[in-house]
Amino acid sequence: MNSPIMTKITRVFIYMLLGAAAIISLLPLYWVFSTSLQLDAYQDEDLDAPISYVEANPPKFVPAGIEEYFKHWRKARAAEKSGDQELANYHRKMMTEVVHNSFAMYMYLFNRTNIWRWFINSAYIAFVVTLGILLIDTMSGYVLAKKQFPGRNLIFWVIVSTMMIPGQVTLVPMFIMIQKLGLFDTHWALILPDLSMVFGVFLMRQFLLSIPSELLEAAKIDGAGEWKTFWTIVIPLAKPALATLGIFTFMSVWNSFLWPIIVLNNADLYTLPVGLKTLQDANLASFKLLMSGASLAAIPMIIIFLAFQRYFIKGLTLGGVKE
Amino acid sequence: MKTLVPYKSEKIKYLLKDIWKNRVYYLFLAPKMVVFTLFIAIPVIWAFILAFQEYNVFGSTWVGLNNFIKVLNSEVFYVALWNTFKYTVFTVPVHVVIALILATLIHPLGKIAQSFFRAAFYLPTVTSMVIIAMVWRWIYNFRFGLFNYFLSWFGIPPVDWLGQSATALWAIIIMSILTPPGVGIILYLAAMSNIPDTLYEAAKIDGAGPFQRWYRITLPMLKPTTLYLVMISTIGSFQVFTQIIMMTKGGPGYATETLVHLIYKTAFRDYEFGVASAQAMILFIIILFFSVIQYRLLSTDHD
Repeated sequence: MNSPIMTKITRVFIYMLLGAAAIISLLPLYWVFSTSLQLDAYQDEDLDAPISYVEANPPKFVPAGIEEYFKHWRKARAAEKSGDQELANYHRKMMTEVVHNSFAMYMYLFNRTNIWRWFINSAYIAFVVTLGILLIDTMSGYVLAKKQFPGRNLIFWVIVSTMMIPGQVTLVPMFIMIQKLGLFDTHWALILPDLSMVFGVFLMRQFLLSIPSELLEAAKIDGAGEWKTFWTIVIPLAKPALATLGIFTFMSVWNSFLWPIIVLNNADLYTLPVGLKTLQDANLASFKLLMSGASLAAIPMIIIFLAFQRYFIKGLTLGGVKE
Repeated sequence: MKTLVPYKSEKIKYLLKDIWKNRVYYLFLAPKMVVFTLFIAIPVIWAFILAFQEYNVFGSTWVGLNNFIKVLNSEVFYVALWNTFKYTVFTVPVHVVIALILATLIHPLGKIAQSFFRAAFYLPTVTSMVIIAMVWRWIYNFRFGLFNYFLSWFGIPPVDWLGQSATALWAIIIMSILTPPGVGIILYLAAMSNIPDTLYEAAKIDGAGPFQRWYRITLPMLKPTTLYLVMISTIGSFQVFTQIIMMTKGGPGYATETLVHLIYKTAFRDYEFGVASAQAMILFIIILFFSVIQYRLLSTDHD
């Protein structure tokens, strides 16, 4: 059973299984990028009529542009060698045509839709909410963890018990509230409710329970006020939890969808997910166009994830994060 | 004895003094409490009230249980409930089992391989569901979709997955199953690395094989994680929405109508705020009910 050959075979088998699962996991994301770059309505001297590699059967797994680009590059080189400048020029022109065609829908999105605006809206709302949450959740988590005052436990339990309530329950009253406050169709309608998310208070309190009280006492003896103690002692000690909370807040705001489609009407105010939905609802959009928009929305989160992977993992294990 | 118990007015005086002494801490809490009160506390109470009212901008009227009666008398509600239930039953257990299997396979690997697979399985989780749903709508495309292409390898003729009542909900379930449970895998991996090695060594000395060790040690030690995962996945899957609105809008007919999509439609297409609140209350009660049951069932044998 434990012979070296057997363990080797099991190991190969495990890698094959995991590899297959990883392909299934990543294929849809790959397909977003691949479709967005696929040649569409493309024609050159080898083709009688324009063809679409997006709608190819069997599907084209690698963007056809890569192959086409090198084909024309080779032909241009050959034509230059044989002195046929006109043919060489044609192939040089086709090379730029291939590039243009591949990125056509990205250019379309930038030139003809508000996507740039949506991108900036998503980014700045996510930043504002993240900074706000980090500040106010650490402030409240800190006093709930380290200070004694009347009503402390009551406040904590009220906050934590609302974590159990699904967001859909408050959808309608929140909508009426936002309208009464005159915030409908403004970015405040997204920012303020997002700032009320309670998970961070819970996380920061749990984390700050473990910081030594002696440090806080020492600061007090040195004559530091509460605010100064908070900034010079608590915040630096809270850094690991702050990183985790910041990343999860950013991700959930960047990806949030249900609430934004309810309170945003003006296309200039859309966030990326809302914009993508309207693109898809417009029906005339091709899959190449939709996938180009989708990839623009996906790239920032993928980069953030790859850069801060360990904080994501820490965050999930630090008391369990809502998906 | 008597003198030690202060009078009520005195108690209040002490309390107020205590509050005044600690006023700076209330200031620390204040910003969060303001947004919390406005956008969580008041809406939660209000939602409960709205469920018994007919909402009108110029003044709502009490209608007793009418909203609930309306909900329970509408056929669509039961269709949505059934679809949501079916979606949950077919995705949650499968996801938990997949997470367990993948974590078991990843755990013994070297550091580099481990972090590669962890990233590969977690990446879809950080990607917006809007994007995942958009690409799956493309993958399920009748004529040019990848899904039908792969099925054609096995001689299966093309199917209009999202366009027919018979297959639409299944298509959404399959899509969910094929999107790996990133959170579950990472939580299981973390829990596995917390199991002390001495347990395995002792079992090895007693002659337990690798499978027996997994079944007798790993599995029981992972129970709290399993419980947590089943609960959060169930809660999440009862709230399935984005896939529905992006891929089928509840159709064809009501084939993929789910509870949250129905609440959304009732509130923001029909503007029946009272009825939508009643639906949301029922969703809340269902989620609470399942959470309690699962907690009871899965946490019985150990303390």
